[in-house]
Amino acid sequence: MNMLKGRSLVSITDYSKDEIIQILDLAEEFEKNQRQKILDQYVIASLFFEPSTRTRLSFESAVQYLGGSIIGFASADTSSVKKGESLKDTILTVSCYSDLIVMRNPMDGSARYASEVSPVPIINAGDGVNQHPTQCLLDLYSIRKTQGSLENINIVMIGDLKYGRTVHSLVQALTLFGATFHFVSPESLKMPSSVKTWIKNAGLEYHQYSDIMDVMPIADILYMTRIQGERFPDPLEYEKVKNSYILNKQMLEGSKDNMRVLHPLPRVNEINEDVDDSPKAYYFQQAKNGVYVRQALIAAILDLK
Amino acid sequence: MDKKRKELQVSALRNGTVIDHIPSDKTFQVIKILNLEASENQIYFGTALESKKFGKKGIIKISGKYFADNEIKKIALVAPSATLIEIRDYEVTKKEKVQLPEFVENIVRCFNPKCVTNIQAVKTKFRVIEDHRGIMKLACRYCEKTMGKENIEFL
Ligand SMILES: [Zn+2]
Repeated sequence: MNMLKGRSLVSITDYSKDEIIQILDLAEEFEKNQRQKILDQYVIASLFFEPSTRTRLSFESAVQYLGGSIIGFASADTSSVKKGESLKDTILTVSCYSDLIVMRNPMDGSARYASEVSPVPIINAGDGVNQHPTQCLLDLYSIRKTQGSLENINIVMIGDLKYGRTVHSLVQALTLFGATFHFVSPESLKMPSSVKTWIKNAGLEYHQYSDIMDVMPIADILYMTRIQGERFPDPLEYEKVKNSYILNKQMLEGSKDNMRVLHPLPRVNEINEDVDDSPKAYYFQQAKNGVYVRQALIAAILDLK
Repeated sequence: MDKKRKELQVSALRNGTVIDHIPSDKTFQVIKILNLEASENQIYFGTALESKKFGKKGIIKISGKYFADNEIKKIALVAPSATLIEIRDYEVTKKEKVQLPEFVENIVRCFNPKCVTNIQAVKTKFRVIEDHRGIMKLACRYCEKTMGKENIEFL
């Protein structure tokens, strides 16, 4: 019984542990055999109300590998939105032309709303600062693939932990698998208390550090994020901390053999380019995994697998 | 008798509702959210009244008016300690403490200006939750942000 059939994916918390595993297993199958024309004669709508080239190309690549067709737009400038059409009307119209809608929209909560009004399933490709569940699924896939399992890993999250929605979703998802969390961030960008509460409620542990090297020897995964200058009320504080959270190759000495470095990309300068040659750098493979995961998701929702 | 006197005080209304045990400083807010300023009904209210249980309390009596579910939910959000007393023909026909609802729909605005409910014609929906310190919060169904009492703005 495919529990995901016909269901929208708005937030990673919409999925149970078993449903997450179902997607990851299916993604593995697509990694082994990527070109499967199961979407022949299906039309997928890709509605990007704000540009996000990386995410859009990943979805479109997933659809193309499955032999499906894509309609849609890459930014709101070229769409009827510019003429003032409501989101509801856009969704209702596009659902007449397609079997599934992938949507990116700058309004927080727009994906949940779209899923309520749409007769076809919605996949949230990012709603404002709220959720980006396919990023979370590809992070989970990358962790499972590099560690052999999602259970009981030591994950180190580094950088902007206050505003980074990808780290919040990842914490939420990993609490289902019993991880131990290690947070490295400047004082003003610490993990919010609501996220720490989920961890405590799940009966798990977290530890906080200000120096990456304190936790390097025990890390299974280093999850790097961007620190953006505009997050700091005081530019002076930004100048002080911005170089404390940059990873270089030398710092990886003494880390575990199985340790891998992940990053949701794009990076700015938080991972030095000399890390790219290290066998522990995994962020480009991570992006590639996004295509398998999105193939799996579309196949599962349309009940083609 | 003391009890008798109290009943008389309340039953001074022939028909209507008494909202009792309002935290004193919330009395005017309750009047405002129920839009009683615009009401044609007779209204009596008092603030800073002595109360054994609450220290200082407020009370509002509205003649000829009974509140609908959504109005009672509003009262509960502002004054969770309040008691609602309905009176018909001088008799107390119903007396109960207001209950914090599990959900509130189309009563409160989301405090997040980027929330879809503030940009498109979407009815707001919140889950009423408690944070880890047991403080009431409203969790927006759409943007998933939670807001405290201080951010509540009624529609
Ligand atoms: Zn909201």
